[in-house]
Amino acid sequence: MIGRLARWLERRVGGSDFLRDKLSKVFPESWTFLFGEIALYAFVVLVLTGTFLALFFDASHTETTYFGNYSPLHDVEMSAAYRSTLELSFDVPAGLLMRQAHHWAALVFVAAIVVHLSRIFFTGAYRRPRELNWTIGVTLLLLAILEGFAGYSLPDDLLSGTGARIAYAIIESIPFIGVWLGSLLFGGLFPGEEIIGRLFTLHVFILPVLFFGLIGLHLALVFRQTHTQFPGPDRSEDNVVGVKVWPTYTAMSVGMFMFTCALLFGLGGLVQINPVWYYGPYDPFVVSINAQPDWYMGWLEGSLRLFPPWEFSGARFMVANPFFPAALLPMLTFAALYAFPFLERRLTGDRGEHHVLDRARDHPLRSAVGAATITFYAILTIAGADDIVALLFNVDITGLVVFLRVAAVVGPVLAAYVTYRWCRDLAAGTAEAASAGTHGEAAKDEGGDGEQGPGQRWSPRRRWRLAFAGLAAALGYGSARRDRPPDGRS
Amino acid sequence: MSGPGTSDREQLAATVLATLSFLIAIVGALAFAVVYIRGPEVVPAYTQLLGVSAMLAFGGAGAGVVFWAHGLMPQGPDIEKRKFTGPSPEERERTATVLKESTEAIGRRGLLGRLLFGALGAIGVAMLLPFRSLGRAPFPERARTGWKAGRRLVTEDGRPVRIDEMAENSVLTVFPERRVRDADSQTLLLRLPPEIIRPLEGRESWSPEGHIAYSKVCTHAGCPVGLYQVDTQRLLCPCHHSAFSVLRGATPIFGPATRPLPQLPLGVDREGYLIALGDYDVPVGAGFWTWPSAARKGTP
Repeated sequence: MIGRLARWLERRVGGSDFLRDKLSKVFPESWTFLFGEIALYAFVVLVLTGTFLALFFDASHTETTYFGNYSPLHDVEMSAAYRSTLELSFDVPAGLLMRQAHHWAALVFVAAIVVHLSRIFFTGAYRRPRELNWTIGVTLLLLAILEGFAGYSLPDDLLSGTGARIAYAIIESIPFIGVWLGSLLFGGLFPGEEIIGRLFTLHVFILPVLFFGLIGLHLALVFRQTHTQFPGPDRSEDNVVGVKVWPTYTAMSVGMFMFTCALLFGLGGLVQINPVWYYGPYDPFVVSINAQPDWYMGWLEGSLRLFPPWEFSGARFMVANPFFPAALLPMLTFAALYAFPFLERRLTGDRGEHHVLDRARDHPLRSAVGAATITFYAILTIAGADDIVALLFNVDITGLVVFLRVAAVVGPVLAAYVTYRWCRDLAAGTAEAASAGTHGEAAKDEGGDGEQGPGQRWSPRRRWRLAFAGLAAALGYGSARRDRPPDGRS
Repeated sequence: MSGPGTSDREQLAATVLATLSFLIAIVGALAFAVVYIRGPEVVPAYTQLLGVSAMLAFGGAGAGVVFWAHGLMPQGPDIEKRKFTGPSPEERERTATVLKESTEAIGRRGLLGRLLFGALGAIGVAMLLPFRSLGRAPFPERARTGWKAGRRLVTEDGRPVRIDEMAENSVLTVFPERRVRDADSQTLLLRLPPEIIRPLEGRESWSPEGHIAYSKVCTHAGCPVGLYQVDTQRLLCPCHHSAFSVLRGATPIFGPATRPLPQLPLGVDREGYLIALGDYDVPVGAGFWTWPSAARKGTP
């Protein structure tokens, strides 16, 4: 059957050599390579569930009332957007499952992208020839955050409306063009009658088209440039060691797709998310406490909360407060992400081609930068939920804000220092291990490949112990170098 | 390097496990169909059961494929020569020659080339103009609200507020009459013991009988300043925790807000209803580029 189809195609399109070549292409294996795949499959679930939802959603501000299965909101004035969200949650069979799976998929999508990006960063996979794919990936992260925010804003519930209100203020704060830009986006002053329809077009058409194009390009480049691999026996810059695309890799990937679906539909069915019927429809003069955005917006919410009351005001013009934490910071964040591979290239002078991945410990400075960055944005994210934290630990919110302001400055420095020391100690421990091991010289020659030189294999427990001993050493407790390498007896 | 490379025993185990997994997937899919067809009226925990059955179906299929792949498919390691390298020098040379020759063929018409770019640029600029239709000129509306001298303060139901109806230390959201529920005009009306108010200079007469009114739009990021703490006489914005001192002209005392909430001058009409004596003297809400000039123009 497949053979006949292939022959039919071959006679009309050709390319059997291409197919043969691609099917026997080898992909290296590592569990750390799976995050990009998870992101891809979460995206597929987003497209499928999202298409279902779009068939029922009414992206309009028109005032209406609801009389469906959820009686507490009967006769309440609301927008058609909010009403149709209620209907597809309570009155469309399987609608709630689809909506919740869609929302969970969005959270997992962005999370998988961020973890994937971190893996790429710490292993130096962005180096030549993959700088271009790094910039595509960063663009995908940016678009994913925008797409998530647009989707979050569609139901026109109290939380999403408040989010849109804050977004409007952030846009207004942009120097020169802010107020005009806000008016162009919202079709006039906030709230206007346009924004939900426009966000809908953005959410289901403009951004998805970009996603399809960029994801396709991202994968095509991975295929064309071949995948990176971790150092190991028989592995070099000139080869790829792993499994063939067909059948094993394909089967594993299909399995991964199925698992992602299982996770997302399981969450969608069992774990409630964004219950807009508790929040009520949006009214510009109503607000609720302890309101948090989706996790990937938490850093912006946090930076808005932590940024000191500074504003730069002259006789005629001002740069308003939200500009710094919520417009400038994201711009700098993404500028830094885009620039990093090129910056590192300049600073290190390393212009060579790299297909074998680095280990974090061998590049203490880069790892320190990464750790500081993650710490900074993690603190901001915590700050985005500081009211919950204050409630949880029963502390005063004003004190907590002051503490977090300090932490946002000191934390990254501390994280960088600890990481740097940790990497140095681990690398030193590795080198010592390599020279003490049976095949020590061989391992040393391969440069940084010492921990598991040929013929050596440490148990996972042993590796964890070494890692934590390294952390302890970096913090000043004992030394990682005491941990002796395996010598065949242990 | 082909062949599963696992023992017969392992292959048998993989076959059995994969079979079981696929059976679970089929059962899960059937369960999903049954739950869906029976419907939410009949099935308790409808959404949960849909989710669980879908999870079984997908999870079973995934596990089956993975057992199959791990136990019965070629495991490698396969080694492939990495073919990705830049073009060879000869290839680069050939491409450069083709490019050079073809470019030279065009290059002799330099003027036309420049005109083409000019035309495309002009088209680009012209086609940008329709984006102007997306919005309206934001001014002067952005610097104003619905408040005017003599307008009554009404609740969200449109009911005017009398001077004698509010209890001390109570708070009410009000709007100008005829602009009920208007986002920019939303105002917090508080009634305080008159003796504790410390009005700012020039505002001594703005709070008749302890009634004092501030814009409800936070000067930080525009959220409604929805929380009133009676014991500390603070207004709190729940979004980013800016706090404003009610007694002292709503000046910010904590959080990211830098400017006080604009204060609405209040009076009483002949029938005993609260009225505004004018609009806010500065634009409400978050700051923007031309805020200072808009604020000066707006002085009543």
